[in-house]
Amino acid sequence: MPDIEPVLLRRIGKPESQTLAGYRADGGYRALTKALTELNPAKVAAMVKDSGLRGRGGAGFPTGLKWTFLPKDHPGPIYLCVNADESEPCTFNNRILMEEDPHQVLEGIMLASYATRASTAYVYIRYEYGRAFRTLQKAIDELYANNLLGKNILGKDFHLDVYLHRGAGAYICGEETGLIESLEGKRGWPRIKPPFPAVEGAFRKPTVVNNIETLACVTHIIDRGIDWFKSIGIPPDPKNPRDAGSYGSKLYCISGHVNKPCCVELPLGVTVRELVDKYGGGVWKGRKAKGCIPGGISMGIMTEKEFDTPMDFNGPGKVGCLGLGTAAVTVFDEETSIVEVLGNICQFFAHESCGQCTPCREGTAWMNKIVRRMQAGGGRMEDLKILDEVAKNIGIMPGTTICGLADGAGWPVKNAIQKFRGELEEYIQKGRKSPALALAGAH
Amino acid sequence: MVVKPEGECSSLRGEDNMAFLSDDLRQKILAYLPRYPNKQAVTLPALHLVQDQLRCVPRAAVREIADLLDLSPAEVHDAMTFYQFFREEEQPLGKTRLWVCRSLACALRGGEQLLGELCQKLSVKPGETTADGKITLEFAECLGACEGAPAVMIGDEHRHCMTPDRVDELMQELR
Repeated sequence: MPDIEPVLLRRIGKPESQTLAGYRADGGYRALTKALTELNPAKVAAMVKDSGLRGRGGAGFPTGLKWTFLPKDHPGPIYLCVNADESEPCTFNNRILMEEDPHQVLEGIMLASYATRASTAYVYIRYEYGRAFRTLQKAIDELYANNLLGKNILGKDFHLDVYLHRGAGAYICGEETGLIESLEGKRGWPRIKPPFPAVEGAFRKPTVVNNIETLACVTHIIDRGIDWFKSIGIPPDPKNPRDAGSYGSKLYCISGHVNKPCCVELPLGVTVRELVDKYGGGVWKGRKAKGCIPGGISMGIMTEKEFDTPMDFNGPGKVGCLGLGTAAVTVFDEETSIVEVLGNICQFFAHESCGQCTPCREGTAWMNKIVRRMQAGGGRMEDLKILDEVAKNIGIMPGTTICGLADGAGWPVKNAIQKFRGELEEYIQKGRKSPALALAGAH
Repeated sequence: MVVKPEGECSSLRGEDNMAFLSDDLRQKILAYLPRYPNKQAVTLPALHLVQDQLRCVPRAAVREIADLLDLSPAEVHDAMTFYQFFREEEQPLGKTRLWVCRSLACALRGGEQLLGELCQKLSVKPGETTADGKITLEFAECLGACEGAPAVMIGDEHRHCMTPDRVDELMQELR
């Protein structure tokens, strides 16, 4: 896979990367000017649809298509909710975009609002991103001071207010209807769909929810055009009529047992092995990798043998993972026990299940307890069967929960049993114990 | 059935006793109203404002937020307790809130050990505050600072690569 000139990250590290003047000097708000003077909203939406852009937040739903679900000729208001609740473990690409190049994100928000006729955009940003919050707020203030937000932007009949809304530490608020409930001042309990947010979303009005990186892509699609965007990435698989392709570049987060944890921009379709060896500086301490989580922990687990899998929207699924997710690769080396990895993952989901659906609330808690017992040396062979059964029966795919969080909680467990059964059985048979458990007792 | 005198009921609802939150804080909460089409959406901003200043959200504040937003105190309390971020008055935060990430990317690079070490140094368990009231230690689910694992957060600012040798520096800074 050839290197590409970074686009989303092209301004990172520049001295004026956060200011309006610096952004404009680099061609910023050119796309907005073009859209407002040359293109009507429908044309902007059509460009995004034709570009094949798919959501970068995890589900990979085609962005332009999502926008077309809004009711036609709605009297308004229509809302744009920007998902900056990046809480998927091991994922930090949106944070970098917001901290280092806030105007690129804001231009995408303005373009999306123009295309969808939204008059208010709420950026739901997780509390843990304090620096990103302050950087974005400063950039928003600059825009208002320069008449680029508010009424009659660029002298046109385009009005937009952008507000930041801080979360309070709940993973579930990254689910789009959980986010909407939280924005409305309630528990972040996902809603039953339909109605989908495009029909009835925030404050019961038509709403589009888009991820930060997705919106940053919109800026460049309008600026550079559809052909440019489609020249990067992987076209649809002709043998798969349901494949919408994997166009564009993606921000890959590389972390865990690598020499150089980082965030790097590459075309969709780069392999895990390239990410780890070429961009992550290889596995640390001269060791070999045992495996990785390919796109945030909810996407499951990949073994080292599967590292030649391309990281596009289809790749991880071919080796039994849930999907591309957030494209956050976290490597664990050959000396790491799979039970430790599993323990950490199960602990997360048990803590973050919102408690609304019984299969998820109980399932994540029991999976955590079972793995904990294994870590304490009390594992039983039948535990693997129970874990597998729970993992396969919680989620929106088996049809037992309202949202997809539970699928994500089950996937790594299912993958671990399927791909590391030998190691798990040996751990149980030998009554091994986790060295981390002494620490775990403290919390 | 016990019938309470009217005066007591209304003071329980906070109607004739809006004295707990300062004028300043109340104005700051009300300033959020124009942003949203309904008042309930100001619940999280209000809880943040109160906790930032008072280091917890006392029950009296819950009642007054509810009054300001035309909600019942139960609705505010329901939202507040869903987000484990907010503290009830029995467990106020210390001066500094120190979070240690325990999610996978950090755990693989010593996050659990770091949390253990900080517990020991501060003589607290996660969630507790040091005896001098200066530091509240917490575990965090992924902070989104994985390129700098193991990571901690002071208030809402990330601090990267907290290797054991840097822990003492951090302690000196916060003490």
